[in-house]
Amino acid sequence: MVRLIGALIGLGFILVLAVSLITGAVGFLREPPTETIEHKFHKHAKDVAFSFDGPFGKFDRQQLQRGFQVYKEVCAACHGLNLVAFRNLADLGYEEPEIKAIAEQWQIEVPDINPDTGEATTRKAIPADRFPEPYANEVAARAANNNAMPPDLSLIVKARHDGAAYIYSLLTGYQNPPANLPPEARPGQGLYYNPYFPNLNLAMPPPITADGQVTYADGTPATRDQMAKDVAAFLTWTAEPNLESRHRTGIAVLIFLIIATVLAYMAYQNVWAGRKH
Amino acid sequence: MSFPWAKPYEPKHPFMRWMDERLPLPRLVWNSVGGGYPVPRNLNHFWNFGVLAGVALTIQIVTGIVLAMHYAPAGELAFESVEHIMRNVNQGWLIRYAHANGASFFFIVTYIHIFRGLYYGSYKAPREMVWLLGLVIFLLMMATAFMGYVLPWGQMSFWGAKVITGLFGAIPLIGEPIQVWLLGGFAPDNAALNRFFSLHYLLPFVIAGVVILHIWALHIPGSGNPTGVDVKSPQDTVPFHPYYTAKDGFGLGLFLIAFAIMLFFLPNYLGHADNYIPANPLATPAHIVPEWYFWPFYAILRAFTVDFILPAKLWGVLAMFASILLLFFLPWLDRSPVRSGSYRPRFKQFFWILVIDVLILGYCGGAPAEEPYVMISQVATIYYFAHFLIILPILSATEKTLPLPASISESVLHGETAEAAPAKAARKSRARSAPAE
Repeated sequence: MVRLIGALIGLGFILVLAVSLITGAVGFLREPPTETIEHKFHKHAKDVAFSFDGPFGKFDRQQLQRGFQVYKEVCAACHGLNLVAFRNLADLGYEEPEIKAIAEQWQIEVPDINPDTGEATTRKAIPADRFPEPYANEVAARAANNNAMPPDLSLIVKARHDGAAYIYSLLTGYQNPPANLPPEARPGQGLYYNPYFPNLNLAMPPPITADGQVTYADGTPATRDQMAKDVAAFLTWTAEPNLESRHRTGIAVLIFLIIATVLAYMAYQNVWAGRKH
Repeated sequence: MSFPWAKPYEPKHPFMRWMDERLPLPRLVWNSVGGGYPVPRNLNHFWNFGVLAGVALTIQIVTGIVLAMHYAPAGELAFESVEHIMRNVNQGWLIRYAHANGASFFFIVTYIHIFRGLYYGSYKAPREMVWLLGLVIFLLMMATAFMGYVLPWGQMSFWGAKVITGLFGAIPLIGEPIQVWLLGGFAPDNAALNRFFSLHYLLPFVIAGVVILHIWALHIPGSGNPTGVDVKSPQDTVPFHPYYTAKDGFGLGLFLIAFAIMLFFLPNYLGHADNYIPANPLATPAHIVPEWYFWPFYAILRAFTVDFILPAKLWGVLAMFASILLLFFLPWLDRSPVRSGSYRPRFKQFFWILVIDVLILGYCGGAPAEEPYVMISQVATIYYFAHFLIILPILSATEKTLPLPASISESVLHGETAEAAPAKAARKSRARSAPAE
């Protein structure tokens, strides 16, 4: 009885699936799906190597500081970093007085209340503060950016496929639309063509426009490629500040586990010695 | 419980004797996973996965309890509290990545455990209850994992919750009220997040309870084995401890190595990038996909594309639930008296087709709902239902099976009577069984 009912239910599902399949196949043959414009022109992230790749990867402190400089001088005007505090910059190798100075000189002040009157005011940042938001709220952000919302960058590397390589590709990927791009996919008013962006046109104007846009404190030549790479590395740190201790712990744990597993294997062989199984 | 030759518990230390007379907990352990539980001697490494699933559940409960100490289940706070764990809590990144990847590993070992049961006929008499309880655990796991994925309150959390609870909306008439009741609103919000957190904390302990029943039911007939032949004499078994504790120890080492590689070096590989974007009810992600372990079922859900008598969406929902519920009837669908797939040549072929079929379904479930993936998942779904509901019942009636070995020990020893250099326990058990030979 169970088998009879089961077979009937099974045949029912199979019938409906067959109808779906035939309908789909007929539609597929009559009107083969055309490749979407995005599919045709979208490019995967460029192949780019970073010092933090691989199980032994570490951050390059100099690079993180350069990337922070690019963020500060280029990105920070529109993009927030609301999960990172100034004090976290110690990870980049900055000393405490330097961090204090960076916080105090930050171009945006921190919202606060006047301790005497209770009125809303702003004050200079201190190391314990997180990076202040560049806009008071989303409406202000959209109003200033042609109705586009500049995303917060704290987690951007983990929130995009291909992470740092994607950021690097996007920053270096702005170009003129190819001649064979259909008119409906051409960038409209206030949009810019970039094949690394999923729908090809984005509202962010090319942020890195010229070599030497930033003058690096460590004297590294600030080529566009270098700046893009440095800021991608910096944003990897903001997204995953514990990457180095994760790698270090991982290596130690693996060494321990491999030794323990070898011992467990020997114990297993020893217990079963002479026992056929 | 167990076989007549099971070694009874004899407390050696006076304290253990004192304890045993008052609360026989040591006796319980001895009889369930100690020297007092005789297990077939021929179990292969696929029998490690039950223990591994238990370890995975323990990892989830321990890491989960710590996470709950720092997590805030409120729409405004949830996402940021997870980042607080990642950034400010000591070793918080380790605990959270262990919990997120631990869920994936729990499903990996459980799927292998289930397919081991399918191949070796572990669902057949007298172990039907073990199988049924296992399926209850599986359903509870799926509910727990789904609700857990909602808690970080990222984009995939929110939209996953919306799509999955939306499935109930496919039920005619009462569907939408049920959906509103489940969510506590018209869309996932604070009410949903709070109840999901509450249930996500509760269900693992329910799972632990059903696991106890699962193991209890297993200990009535005792463990199955790769030949599927019943245990007949003391020669067929070895005591669980030290034989299988040693073997499980090695298996556990390999499991932890694989787990550590993912946890420390590819912690986000199995997740979706969109879940690092805070939930936004106004921005729909380009592709809404559940976690990888739900992909085969998601493919079945989306395979129904035509309104045929019933709406396509309702067919998909019915088929998705049926694809799991039919497993509850498996002991009565497959009536072949031979348990192990090793002695069922035809069954073995269909079994491997099923494995490939489920992998294809999984791939299609993770792919966007476009051709050719939809057509492929339709064919694969047809096979899935045909396998369990049509092929297996016919096969079990018509198949010619291979001759079974007379006993487990015969299949292992191939007629040899003496074993080289036996361990102490082996000497004892042979001495006891000598008259029978």
